Amino acid sequence: MDDLLHEFLTETNESLDTVNVELVRFEQDPNNAKILDNIFRLVHTIKGTCGFLGLPRLATLAHSAETLMGKFRDGMPVTEQAVTLILATIDRIKEILDTLEQQQKEPEGADTDLIDQLDRMVTQAPAAPTLAPIAASPVKTVGTLSDQVLERPLKPGEVSLDDLERAFRDTPGPATPPAPKVAPKSESPAAANGSKDKDEEKSESKVAAQSIRVNVDTLEKLMTMVSELVLTRNQLLEMARRQADSEFKVPLQRLSNVTAELQESVMKTRMQPVGNAWQKLPRVVRDLSAELGKEIELEMHGAETELDRQVLDRIKDPLTHMVRNSADHGLETPADRIAANKPEKGTIRLSAYHEGGHIIMEIADDGRGLNTRMIKEKAISRGIANAAEIGKMSEAQIHRFIFAPGFSTAAKITSVSGRGVGMDVVLNNIDQIGGSVDVKSIAGEGSVFTIKIPLTLAIISALIIEAGGERFAIPQLAVIELVRVKNNTEHRIEHIKDTPVLRLRNKLLPLIHLGRLLGLGSENAKEAESGFIVVTQIGSRMFGIVVDGVFHTEEIVVKPMATKLRHISAFSGNTILGDGSVIMILDPNGVAEAVCASTQSAISDTAHAADAADAGHIQNKTSLLVFRAGSHETKAVPLALVTRLEEVEAKKIELSNGRHLLQYRGQLMPLIRVNDQVKIKNDGTQSLLVFADGARCMALVVDEIVDIVEDILNIEIPSEQPGILGSAVIKGEATEIIDVGHFLPLAFADWFRGAGSANNAPAHRNLLFVEDSAFFRNMLTPVLKAAGYEVTAMSGGQEALAIVKSGKFFDVVVTDLEMPGMDGFALADAIRGHRNSANTPIIALSSMTSPEAIAKVRKAGFHDFVAKFDRQGLVAALKEHSDDTHKAA
Amino acid sequence: MTPTRQRERIMKTNEDAHREETEYVTVMIGEQLFGLPIERVHDVFMPGHLTPVPLASEEIAGVLNLRGRIVTAIDMRCRLGLPKREDKSESMAVGIDCDGESYGLVIDSVGEVLKLRDDSREPVPVNLDSRLARVAACVHRLDQELLVVLDVARLLDMKPAAKAA
Repeated sequence: MDDLLHEFLTETNESLDTVNVELVRFEQDPNNAKILDNIFRLVHTIKGTCGFLGLPRLATLAHSAETLMGKFRDGMPVTEQAVTLILATIDRIKEILDTLEQQQKEPEGADTDLIDQLDRMVTQAPAAPTLAPIAASPVKTVGTLSDQVLERPLKPGEVSLDDLERAFRDTPGPATPPAPKVAPKSESPAAANGSKDKDEEKSESKVAAQSIRVNVDTLEKLMTMVSELVLTRNQLLEMARRQADSEFKVPLQRLSNVTAELQESVMKTRMQPVGNAWQKLPRVVRDLSAELGKEIELEMHGAETELDRQVLDRIKDPLTHMVRNSADHGLETPADRIAANKPEKGTIRLSAYHEGGHIIMEIADDGRGLNTRMIKEKAISRGIANAAEIGKMSEAQIHRFIFAPGFSTAAKITSVSGRGVGMDVVLNNIDQIGGSVDVKSIAGEGSVFTIKIPLTLAIISALIIEAGGERFAIPQLAVIELVRVKNNTEHRIEHIKDTPVLRLRNKLLPLIHLGRLLGLGSENAKEAESGFIVVTQIGSRMFGIVVDGVFHTEEIVVKPMATKLRHISAFSGNTILGDGSVIMILDPNGVAEAVCASTQSAISDTAHAADAADAGHIQNKTSLLVFRAGSHETKAVPLALVTRLEEVEAKKIELSNGRHLLQYRGQLMPLIRVNDQVKIKNDGTQSLLVFADGARCMALVVDEIVDIVEDILNIEIPSEQPGILGSAVIKGEATEIIDVGHFLPLAFADWFRGAGSANNAPAHRNLLFVEDSAFFRNMLTPVLKAAGYEVTAMSGGQEALAIVKSGKFFDVVVTDLEMPGMDGFALADAIRGHRNSANTPIIALSSMTSPEAIAKVRKAGFHDFVAKFDRQGLVAALKEHSDDTHKAA
Repeated sequence: MTPTRQRERIMKTNEDAHREETEYVTVMIGEQLFGLPIERVHDVFMPGHLTPVPLASEEIAGVLNLRGRIVTAIDMRCRLGLPKREDKSESMAVGIDCDGESYGLVIDSVGEVLKLRDDSREPVPVNLDSRLARVAACVHRLDQELLVVLDVARLLDMKPAAKAA
């Protein structure tokens, strides 16, 4: 890009931000000539530069805005519409600048709409007084205006200056100029700054000479170099430590100090006042207050607090969102406020200050506070927690639910907020920079959101730990405490089924084995009984990472992972330690994700032991059709397998060749009884479960359809009896689970072979089928066999991987995603990583079919994704992918 | 070979007909001699302490600290589908840069630098093992043996990155 243009863009964008802020201040304090001068100068500069660079559209716009502001200078009362119009003009200028930055030229089009409005306001200004009541005299105006004439010729859309002048003079002014609408003078620090500006004015030029503009890249580079220096120093110190008496000691100490100072100074260059992130907010609040019909005052404290620019960038959006939330949900309408004995004007207070290596930022409002009752109801209706759990929670814990995904309590959706994407995104953004958010709220008095963020992201303090024989770094910020575990002591690891947990001060802490998570763990399961637990908190989630050893803390320089390794979510980067070795930095968020898969109830401190165990099976809930057939005991079949439920007149059932048939949708449908005890009725209606596959269908005859329930399908007692998979507890009753796969071939012997589809498929292709649930294993194995595969069914990722590693070759792998221990993702990764199977197609099966899940699966490199019950889809996917491999081979 | 380089070569040809040559750093991987264009090779080093990267694909041998830079080491035997090395002698690594990141190709040993005439290049035989064929640029017939020239860009185009793109 043209250097000149680049410079112009940077400068103008900065100026516009300032204009935005200043205008809002000006509206509140229209008599402050200082502010107006400031705005006028900025817009004038923009106009001038645009003319110089040959940007007519921008110049015209800026000119019109400037003219209107000139009127303000001459004493025209500042109305809200006028300010809104100028703000709109500035928005338009910004739009044009954006396009300019991308395309290097002004976008096509004209801004006659805005210019007309601006001009109309100038010419028809109802209150343009003939006698300027304030300082600036008309003579001076003429001077300014005629200056413009000299500078450049008139542009299209502009009113000639003479016309303007005439209109200005001819407009009959009211006898006495109406008192300018003065907003109650605010005590906000923004206004206070305004008066301070006067003093600063004199020193302004000096300050300007003392600062220079530096490219951000240069600073980044400098930071990288300092980081290297820090590493080298750490290395040298390490060496010196090993040598008892070294003449290097003293100079080394000196080097160390200088390095530390240098590091600090360079960090300082990257620091920016928090106020930079707040710059947009006065404007946001102003617009909001107009939109919502609430009077809002924005107070800002500690805008000078400095923060690393990288961090600053990341919190800008969450901050805006939270301020919007406070204005929209937090503050009441003026009527409500008066009713509640509060000042009509609501206040949002932003403050920032340092606290031990962190910046604390608070967004407080004096509104109605969080509605605990509504949050409770929402949490229950969204299935985030049940009533019993909520009953045990403190108010603060309930308030934390607002950070749960998809949680929005706004009764009505406004354009401002309340679209259900909100605080969870805020929490997420802040999590990513290692910060945390908390909320305190008192009903009727307001809420305070507290954001705690680290000063910088480049150099962090980390705890060095060991797991599976390798060392890793955990950011100190994420570590809450360390617990040493030993058998037979108070702190020991207990298991609920296979889920390790720790009892810590009456809380149950879900644990994750780092070695095992990273696939480093030896097969020895007993190793877990001693070691250390790093207690970690990510947002509201608390969990323990089980590690083998803990060393020390060290200042580490975060280096990004190589692109080839960036897909591993467990790591956020890597670093070089003082001893020169490279180690991985664990990403607590990534680890939390892994934990989250098995512990969703971590929000509740008092989570009952059984809950924690249950949580692992949440995804495994299945919709089941419960019915009776032959006996009083209930039977069930997964609802997804059933195509339709039918009630037919018993008379229509015909008997032919010893089989019961029904004319159904133009064809004969065979009826099969679930067992011999089922009587096909002679009159009345008969309940049928219809199963269809392509053109063919069959029906199971049952006595009575009882219910459709959603429950965890866990077959506890397998059955030897054909047609019955086993018994499970469904809604508290022992229920037989029907094996549909058994009945289908009874109707059509060649059911699974399909209508000739699989007949030409070459047999004896090897398929590896991994599925932890016995039910699905039993259900799908015959389907897969019928599709022409030699099926090896495995009940878990580890076993499956073992057989792949043993050298057995598979044409295709079908795996469940949610499995205890090694899940489908880890398995797929491992299979990919194995030499023999790197190109084997892998098809994922899952009961979760949300778009996120599908996207995740695609990203993880699966060849296809099939819903668990979609038998046809599975067969089609298999055909497609195994054909691929055969062609490729 | 990039168009620019071809153009350069043509220009050089005009200057001097004997300059139609490319220099290769030769390396042994398994029993096979491979060549890497010398301008892609930054340095040759002994991969000292390698830190394995858990959950990474098998081709990633680990990461290491090379004079303050973190280098991703790629196990070339694994990448080319060759069996793991049995003798315990020290491996070597060839350092290359790609898109601002450093990689180390872990190989068995480094040979001499050969200057080979471009017109003796042969296309990659169609029946070559697919894992080798996809990273091979061409083949040179030497007196004693064949030299397979590796395409560095394709060599580094590994699965996860390809998917992300």
